Amino acid sequence: MGERVRDALRAYLLIAGMWIRSTMIYRTSFAVTMAGNLLVTGLDFATILLMFSRVDSLGGWSLPEVAFLYGLSATSFGVADLVLGSMDVLGTRIRDGSFDTLLVRPASVLAQIGADHFALRRLGRITQGAVVLGWALAFAGIDWTPAKVLLVPLMLAAGAAIFCALFVAGAAFQFLAQDAAEVQNAFTYGGTTLLQYPPTVFGKDFVRGVTFLLPLGFVNWVPAAYVLGRPYPLRLPVWTVWAPPLVAAVCCALAGLAWRAGLRAYRSTGS
Amino acid sequence: MFIEVDGVEKVFEVRKKTGFLKRERRQVRAVDSLSFTVARGEMVGYIGPNGAGKSTTIKMLTGILTPSGGRLRVAGIDPSRERMRLAHRIGVVFGQRTTLWWDLPLIDSYRLMHRMYRIPDARYAENLDRLVELLSLESLLDVPVRQLSLGQRMRGDIVAALLHDPDVLYLDEPTIGLDVISKAKVRDFLRELNTERGTTVLLTTHDLQDIEQLCSRVMVIDHGRLMYDGPLAGLHEAGESERTLVVDLERELPPIDAGPAARVVKVEGPRQWLAFPASESAAPLVARIAAEYPLADLSVREPDIEAVIAKMLRSLGDTPKPPPDRATA
Repeated sequence: MGERVRDALRAYLLIAGMWIRSTMIYRTSFAVTMAGNLLVTGLDFATILLMFSRVDSLGGWSLPEVAFLYGLSATSFGVADLVLGSMDVLGTRIRDGSFDTLLVRPASVLAQIGADHFALRRLGRITQGAVVLGWALAFAGIDWTPAKVLLVPLMLAAGAAIFCALFVAGAAFQFLAQDAAEVQNAFTYGGTTLLQYPPTVFGKDFVRGVTFLLPLGFVNWVPAAYVLGRPYPLRLPVWTVWAPPLVAAVCCALAGLAWRAGLRAYRSTGS
Repeated sequence: MFIEVDGVEKVFEVRKKTGFLKRERRQVRAVDSLSFTVARGEMVGYIGPNGAGKSTTIKMLTGILTPSGGRLRVAGIDPSRERMRLAHRIGVVFGQRTTLWWDLPLIDSYRLMHRMYRIPDARYAENLDRLVELLSLESLLDVPVRQLSLGQRMRGDIVAALLHDPDVLYLDEPTIGLDVISKAKVRDFLRELNTERGTTVLLTTHDLQDIEQLCSRVMVIDHGRLMYDGPLAGLHEAGESERTLVVDLERELPPIDAGPAARVVKVEGPRQWLAFPASESAAPLVARIAAEYPLADLSVREPDIEAVIAKMLRSLGDTPKPPPDRATA
């Protein structure tokens, strides 16, 4: 098992390296898209700033508190987007037949498709998220305890893992419907936008749905309320604050199963 | 036996929309109780009309698709169960899709293969030198793949498929779209690979010359079933294939009388098409026409593989054939 993971990681890095080199052939184009990426993701947070220029709080959350939510979500999504963000090419690869060429290589198909079209320009989102997060950590007036110091990186890692699981599950769905890339994007990109706003802005049933149905809420809202010392959403018990790694592990396992099922379906139908 | 295919079948379930929400499920038998063996070092042509089940067979042999039934072994490995182990033993060239990295110099794709297949350094260097020389790619190693011609890219793909010393090479339409010189280079190389290294080669093609020049054995598949397995000469016989002489006369004339050796199959203005047996030389026929008619130009067309197969299948027509698919409610 460990060896298989190491082999897959190695294949991933080999292929990602090839994509980086391919990108670097067109340096100017890379610089422009990188700058564009930073600008677009930056505008994302500007929307929130703009709102706060009219109101003092959003659902009872102050600007640094919302920035904390935003920074966490954007950074963990950014990491997942960098690592697996191009998995939606799977549908295209299946349609044009180039997916078959991956199956005759001595490497994990998941690693190969995960590294497909690896794009360094996605560092833009991580950079921007990290800047906002850093600012929020400094100005949100957090009452730091050792538990909270531990929780923040844990939330980032768990969040990234959950988003990765969503990318993989979305890709697995593409084995069944090859034009499903948009459905997947609704969950991943839509999910991250949602998490950048405090839960109290949305209706209660909606929050419940998002927290449990899509485990995305665990990325942010529950532990963030704890770190910021705010009342818990949905009156959940306090221990749920440590749920993110658990939820992340479950999500990854489910995504792995979905991927295997999808690949098996592909190999038995060839379409 | 190196490749063993025993009663292999592949059934696809096709869902067809028949109404707003109604869907009809149909089972399509792409490969039907297929059995054959290939010995190590054989060079086999695998041909058949489009949709006959050729690529489905290749996909099962390379571990891409899982068979619905039957037994399949390549070098003692069950392809669908041990896809990765098999990958080290086989090389695959898909004629119409390149596996080379478009924007990067050719050599970069080979370096990736070197590392992905964990080819020992010395063996990689040796194989690369030999392959690149045989396929005359030396001067192109530093050229980005997107700047290569179709023929150069095909040769580049063949090198990529052979760097790890596979025992079997699968080629899917290796000469499609190539010019005459590139075709000749690819064929010369494959012949040499087969004799020098003893690499088993299985190729699908639409080009009868590929088969004529390379394969001592041909397998013809139609409707997922093996219709013929034997030497090419036998296929010609079974199909009584004909070549075509296209004659451009200086003016419109009644159909050429070339005696019993050939017959006119088509006349269009000053151009006439004459069919003659593929086993005969064109020279006496050309000499006779040149002597008796005002000849402007002429060319010989090789028999179309589809036509040969179609003829062969027709001559085998008395064997009962199952319908290509069976509808189930």
